[in-house]
Amino acid sequence: MNLEFTAEELAFRDEVRSFIEENYPKHLGDAGMREDMSPEDMVAWHKILGEKGWSVPSWPEQYGGTGWTPTQRYIWLEENARVNAFMPLPFGVSMVGPVIYTFGSEEQKERHLPGIRSGDVWWCQGYSEPGAGSDLASLKTTAVRDGDHYVINGQKTWTTLAQYADWGFFLCRTDPDAAKPQEGISFILIDMKTPGVEVRPIKLIDGGYEVNETWLTDVRVPVENLVGEENKGWTYAKFLLAHERSGIAGVARSKRAVEKLREIAGKELLDGEPLIEDLDFARKVSQLEIDLAALEITELRTLAGEQAGKGPGPESSILKIKGTEIQQRLTELTLEAVGNYGAPMYGQIEDAGSNQYPIGPDYAQHSAATYFNMRKTSIYGGSNEIQRNIITKMILGL
Amino acid sequence: MDFNFTEEQEMVRDGLSRLVREQYDWETRRSAVESDAGWRPEIWAQLAELGILGMPFSEEDGGFGGGAVDAMIVMEEFGKGLVVEPFLPTVVCAGGFLKHAGTDSQKEEHIGGIVDGSRVYAFAYAEPRGRYDLADLQTTAKKDGDGYVLNGHKAVVVGAPWASHLVVTARTAGGQRERDGVSVFVVANDAEGVVRRDYPTVDGRRASEVYFENVSVPADALIGEEGGALPLVEQVADEAVAALCAEACGAMKVAHAMTVDYSRQRKQFGVPIGKFQVLQHRMVDMFTEYEQSVSMTYLATLKLDAPEKERKRTASAAKVRIGQAARFVGQEAIQIHGGMGMTDELAIGSYFKRLTILSSEFGDVDHHMKRHIALA
Repeated sequence: MNLEFTAEELAFRDEVRSFIEENYPKHLGDAGMREDMSPEDMVAWHKILGEKGWSVPSWPEQYGGTGWTPTQRYIWLEENARVNAFMPLPFGVSMVGPVIYTFGSEEQKERHLPGIRSGDVWWCQGYSEPGAGSDLASLKTTAVRDGDHYVINGQKTWTTLAQYADWGFFLCRTDPDAAKPQEGISFILIDMKTPGVEVRPIKLIDGGYEVNETWLTDVRVPVENLVGEENKGWTYAKFLLAHERSGIAGVARSKRAVEKLREIAGKELLDGEPLIEDLDFARKVSQLEIDLAALEITELRTLAGEQAGKGPGPESSILKIKGTEIQQRLTELTLEAVGNYGAPMYGQIEDAGSNQYPIGPDYAQHSAATYFNMRKTSIYGGSNEIQRNIITKMILGL
Repeated sequence: MDFNFTEEQEMVRDGLSRLVREQYDWETRRSAVESDAGWRPEIWAQLAELGILGMPFSEEDGGFGGGAVDAMIVMEEFGKGLVVEPFLPTVVCAGGFLKHAGTDSQKEEHIGGIVDGSRVYAFAYAEPRGRYDLADLQTTAKKDGDGYVLNGHKAVVVGAPWASHLVVTARTAGGQRERDGVSVFVVANDAEGVVRRDYPTVDGRRASEVYFENVSVPADALIGEEGGALPLVEQVADEAVAALCAEACGAMKVAHAMTVDYSRQRKQFGVPIGKFQVLQHRMVDMFTEYEQSVSMTYLATLKLDAPEKERKRTASAAKVRIGQAARFVGQEAIQIHGGMGMTDELAIGSYFKRLTILSSEFGDVDHHMKRHIALA
């Protein structure tokens, strides 16, 4: 047991680092922290990685994965976090992609995997409904067989970035009479341009529009868009959620955010001295770093387990809980660090040009909006209460 | 010992409670906050008519002879409705300076306009590099003949876009963080050399960066002692802290009630989510935080006239406790509302945002904890 990188791994790190330095779009800047990007910017790095063959490192090699070891994947994420890269969105590469290559037909693999790898096709997730959040299995959207098609009716919600999506993967009820609600659900791929699909934006408390309501009215979808078997969708959905959870820890990104927090607290003053030298504040930053170190090694242990053939299990709930708590704490401390300049609503202030009097330091901008926005992380992807229920049931056996 | 309110105080509360209920529902507030003006001068006029704006002033100054407890009642009711109109900077802060240190002619000049609603004030105390230290001032006021000339930059001055006048702290002497050398001035918001950049805040108010560029003020713009006003500023800031604590109590009470109500209505797994013990206990903890906050608000309010050290220490204790409670209650309210709590469609998000900003106004938890320790 050791944590040192081998000579080969160090060489890999150098290769990756120089590739990122040469190819990461400079105009994205510190984009990984921003919530107000254009759709083109959000897929810019994905497309470059697609050409390089590095957009889906964790997929099996036969489907375009890189065959990297867990250590290499860890190095990859670390190196991206160094420049705060805006990584490929998870809906294709981490969610529907693995479901398609694991449970989909050969035709579905050929049709959909290339677009996910290249970043040319934008995916969204149609899981939650107004009445089915934590209790996802109670979903009501129906898919009724009509010849070679399913006719789909219902309302999905929290469909992230669906306003840009080309395709969506949806959970629909195909057997309303099944003995258990989980048993009558199917996993269906829908072309978002199909008549009857309507996406309506939802404004969030930070002022942004990243999620939507998606209404499905008599949407006709060819039966070949069913993934796997009819009524077995819950199995695929759970498989996907476990994948989503392991990515959700966001360790590399949080490490970069801690550095950024230290930079900010080095510039802010308290009694004329840098805030980071204040023991009260420094303790809180250190506590975060300590919690993050524990999470990082926990994630590496999980990755190593995956490599040894153990799929992400209920332990990934730990990554979700701790990862999101740390992300939230980071944004809370950043807001705390900027003091009075947390209050301005920067998103609503028009940039009046360089002659205008500035409002606070650059690093204070959006600190409150980001704090507000990140409250979502303990709610989405299975709320942290649901994650604790999973551990209670699957690990404690209670 | 008596924790009861007088009949008059109960009447004031009932009147305000009715005003907030009938005219300050969340949708109406939202459209006012998003309007060009950002507030409703007609509400301000009603507050004047109800005598709310004149309440804390003595009868001989043209007010109605109320005190800190009355301000507490007002702020608590305002907290329940997330009222944005600038009662705190105008009545508590500017009013406080005038009551404690205004000369007869200054009182005559300003208090009448506050009481009848024709004058609105903002308190320009914070500076870009001063964090929460009231003495950490780079703004200067230099003696010039009979008057003074002000230069400097004040940060996040809440209510400044609405104000007719600004109360400004500035150095007439001393180094940047010295206790001596601090003075207080009242400046007309449209005085020559006052440059503002206005903006909305994340909690629904308006604020400004205010720049003073060779702003000349007459001698009678000075409130209190030249160079010796820090104790006065601290006293007014403690009064503002007590008022903010009361506002927080009102906001927490509503945020808690909304959350309990939501947990009764929202069903998952076939039952209202309020039936889940893990959520029940969290809502109990929210309630406990709220009750502790009410107690600390009473304490801080009733100690505003105590000897200086006791007053300061109690105000800081209250701000620590309420700062912690406001964060906890706000965060849990969003979490228990789930995805709906993240949307701009429900009022709960606005309560969360106000509680967030409020917890650091006039000093965050760390600032007041340090002050509490230093005064031990």
